[in-house]
Amino acid sequence: MTETVLSIRNISKSFGGIHAVRDVSFDVYKGEVLGLIGPNGSGKSTLFNCVLGQLKPDAGGVTVTGQDVAGKRACELSKLGVGRTFQQLSVFPEMSVLDNLILAGQEHRGSMFSRLFGPSDAGLTEEADRMISFFRLGHLRDELAGSLSYGQQKLVDAAMAFMANPALVLLDEPAGGVNLTMLGHLKERLKTYNREHETTFVVIEHNMEFVMSLCTRIVVLAEGAIIAEGTPEEIRANQTVIDAYLGS
Amino acid sequence: MSDFLQLIISGLSTGSIYALAAIGFTLLWQASQTINFAQGEFVMVPAFFILIGSRVLGLPFPIAIGFGLAVAVFTLGFVFKRLVIQPMLPHGHLPIVMATIALAILMRELVKEFYSAEAQTFPALFSEQTFDVFGAVISHQDIGNLAVSAVAIIALQLFLGRTRTGRSMQATAQNPGVAEILGVNVQRMVLYTFMINAALATLASVLISPIYLAKFSNGEPIGLVAFLAAIVGGFNQVRGALVGGLLIGVIDNLSAAYLSSEYRIAGPMILLIVIILLRPQGLLGTSEGRTV
Amino acid sequence: MKQLKILGLVAILAGLIIAPFTQATYGTYVLSSWLVFTVAAMGLNLTLGYAGQISLAQAAFMGIGAYSTALMTMAGLPWIASVVVGMGLCFVVGLILGYPALRVQNHFLAFVTLAFTTLAFLVMRNEEWLTGGIYGLVGVPRPSVAGLSLMDGTRYYFFTLGVFILASLSFWWLVNSPWGRAFKGLRENPIRANSLGVDTRLVTLLAFAIGAAYGGLSGALMAPLVQYIDPMSFTLIISLKILLMVVVGGSGYFFGPFLGAGLVIMLPEFLRFAEAYYLMIYAALVVFLMVVCPSGLLGLLSRGIAAIRSREPAERGDLKEGAQL
Repeated sequence: MTETVLSIRNISKSFGGIHAVRDVSFDVYKGEVLGLIGPNGSGKSTLFNCVLGQLKPDAGGVTVTGQDVAGKRACELSKLGVGRTFQQLSVFPEMSVLDNLILAGQEHRGSMFSRLFGPSDAGLTEEADRMISFFRLGHLRDELAGSLSYGQQKLVDAAMAFMANPALVLLDEPAGGVNLTMLGHLKERLKTYNREHETTFVVIEHNMEFVMSLCTRIVVLAEGAIIAEGTPEEIRANQTVIDAYLGS
Repeated sequence: MSDFLQLIISGLSTGSIYALAAIGFTLLWQASQTINFAQGEFVMVPAFFILIGSRVLGLPFPIAIGFGLAVAVFTLGFVFKRLVIQPMLPHGHLPIVMATIALAILMRELVKEFYSAEAQTFPALFSEQTFDVFGAVISHQDIGNLAVSAVAIIALQLFLGRTRTGRSMQATAQNPGVAEILGVNVQRMVLYTFMINAALATLASVLISPIYLAKFSNGEPIGLVAFLAAIVGGFNQVRGALVGGLLIGVIDNLSAAYLSSEYRIAGPMILLIVIILLRPQGLLGTSEGRTV
Repeated sequence: MKQLKILGLVAILAGLIIAPFTQATYGTYVLSSWLVFTVAAMGLNLTLGYAGQISLAQAAFMGIGAYSTALMTMAGLPWIASVVVGMGLCFVVGLILGYPALRVQNHFLAFVTLAFTTLAFLVMRNEEWLTGGIYGLVGVPRPSVAGLSLMDGTRYYFFTLGVFILASLSFWWLVNSPWGRAFKGLRENPIRANSLGVDTRLVTLLAFAIGAAYGGLSGALMAPLVQYIDPMSFTLIISLKILLMVVVGGSGYFFGPFLGAGLVIMLPEFLRFAEAYYLMIYAALVVFLMVVCPSGLLGLLSRGIAAIRSREPAERGDLKEGAQL
């Protein structure tokens, strides 16, 4: 039995009279790349936000490496070892790529006061440089993140999520708006990172091709409940899933 | 009791004038996210345009008002939008805050140096005769001010809700992107909003100047009260600014009568802080929503 | 480039040391006043420029610092004790004033801090038993260092310069430390920063508190300089003046407030010929400046440099590779 990183237990959440998520449970194990898919309005985002502690579920709970995330602020979640990327562009535009990455790691180094009196880069330049070259952004190291292309900023966003060496990374529509060349590059890098570091990923994504080729296991939601779960091949062949997507 | 009633009615009367300034303020905010720190001066200055028309150019008073209105709509509406606000819009709030603050100082100084530093009497539209209601002394002016403000606000609401241009303006305020796609000339609608703000300010100026006299330094308290009214009522609503204006008018009148004069302004200030902290969307406003 | 910068700094410092000997008493006084206001503007630059939280309360913090110093030194306590108290007080009040920033931003925050400044002014004006009311406090002594009295204007200038250099160096350290990066993160993208482990709540409060403490220090330097303080020195207009220093110089740039304070303090001296029209010209200049360069003078400069650099035709292989990504 491998180690459980993320455990979702009987989550329910409704808004007004609408049940966005109904009694959903599943576990994600160390080193897995789990895809969370489903048609629009299937409850993916609600579930995602419950995991991030941004929504409080009506029932059930979420634990990450055994710790309850309920009521945790984003920065506390980060300290628990949860990294994330954002659907929209989410870099620090007026800071260099290097500074973006150092900022992504510095809060996990030492105490507040050791950071104030310690070195300016919190001792992270080397690690940030390694991350930058891992994502092949070396030539952009000292450029302002805001001046990068859309795809490049997505890479920076992803790189930032890894700087604190998290146990779990939540990828919120990583493929959205990224061109094909860049998409291949992003996918390949994510896979490599996953293999090298055994970091667990949970991916929400609309781009089926991307999900199928990146993930090791997929959970399909429809109308707030899990309708299927399995390897990409199983999901591809699953009639219930096809029906749900076609809306019949 | 009759004193109290009297304070309420005269409070509502000045409050309705504040509401005019506050509504203009929120309109600018909605249309272009402009916080006009010179709004008080926008109310102070038109009185002087009118005085120039009547005293310097020798126009009859009603025509002088028309003259003042035209000059105000041109300078405080058109020129203000095109030459001052427009270039700064892409650069966030701060430059606009600084520039409108400086503009307020500029307008004050211009009036002081080129017209007069003394308070000027200003002809009243209504007689100062009074009548008694349950022992409260109420002036024609109070009632007149209330009536004129009410008519102006109703007319504005009708314009915004019932005419094509008005609806286009509202669409622009709610979502400029979509409005643009629907074929609305967004820049023009924003310009109209600025001109309407200038017209409302002129009206407020005409109504308030007979009470407080026309003076270069009048803008500061009026502007502050307009901000307060807008914040109390909620920034994204005309109705809110109206209620906010009336409320502030009454509270100000009551606190002037019952609180120590040294801390008179502290009352509204504390109210402001409390409202911003507890209900940043204002008493009537709806949440603008924070993006996550 | 780096050597050039250091050389420039040394030259400026040398200039500041020689300056009072070339000036009459009044010139030295203006220079001292520039140093004092730069410290206040530096603090606001942290709150506004680095951390992105607008504040119209800096004059109130100067007031708190100035009154603390005046009251304590007039009671015979040493200046340094009054600085500790004044800055500590400002830090605490700054923390409290930071709380609204956790809920509201932009114009709302501007109004809350504006209201705070007005309230602080009312207390200074009305609580005569403590502050002397509208007449203020007269006869604030200047401190002595190692038995050397600083009553002389030039000596006090050097004292101010010393404190100013200390304050600048600490500021430099702060904004270049990881804390500075966290402040900028808060300004640029608070949600992302929070998700990366930056405690944005704490950072916001600290940005206010540290900025306020600099305001307090500035006040503590100002009281002995002018030797007479009254509520009119700490009104909203003064807050705006400090805000102007930051914005005109270039908010978020280390040297922005130095330049901005210089302009705002010196401009009246240059506009003396205009006499009554001075404030008018001044205001018109501000409007003009905001319209043509909203990011301040240093912002304009750095954009200019960036534009010149990007025009360099050097074609680099790695850039080509990057362009494909």
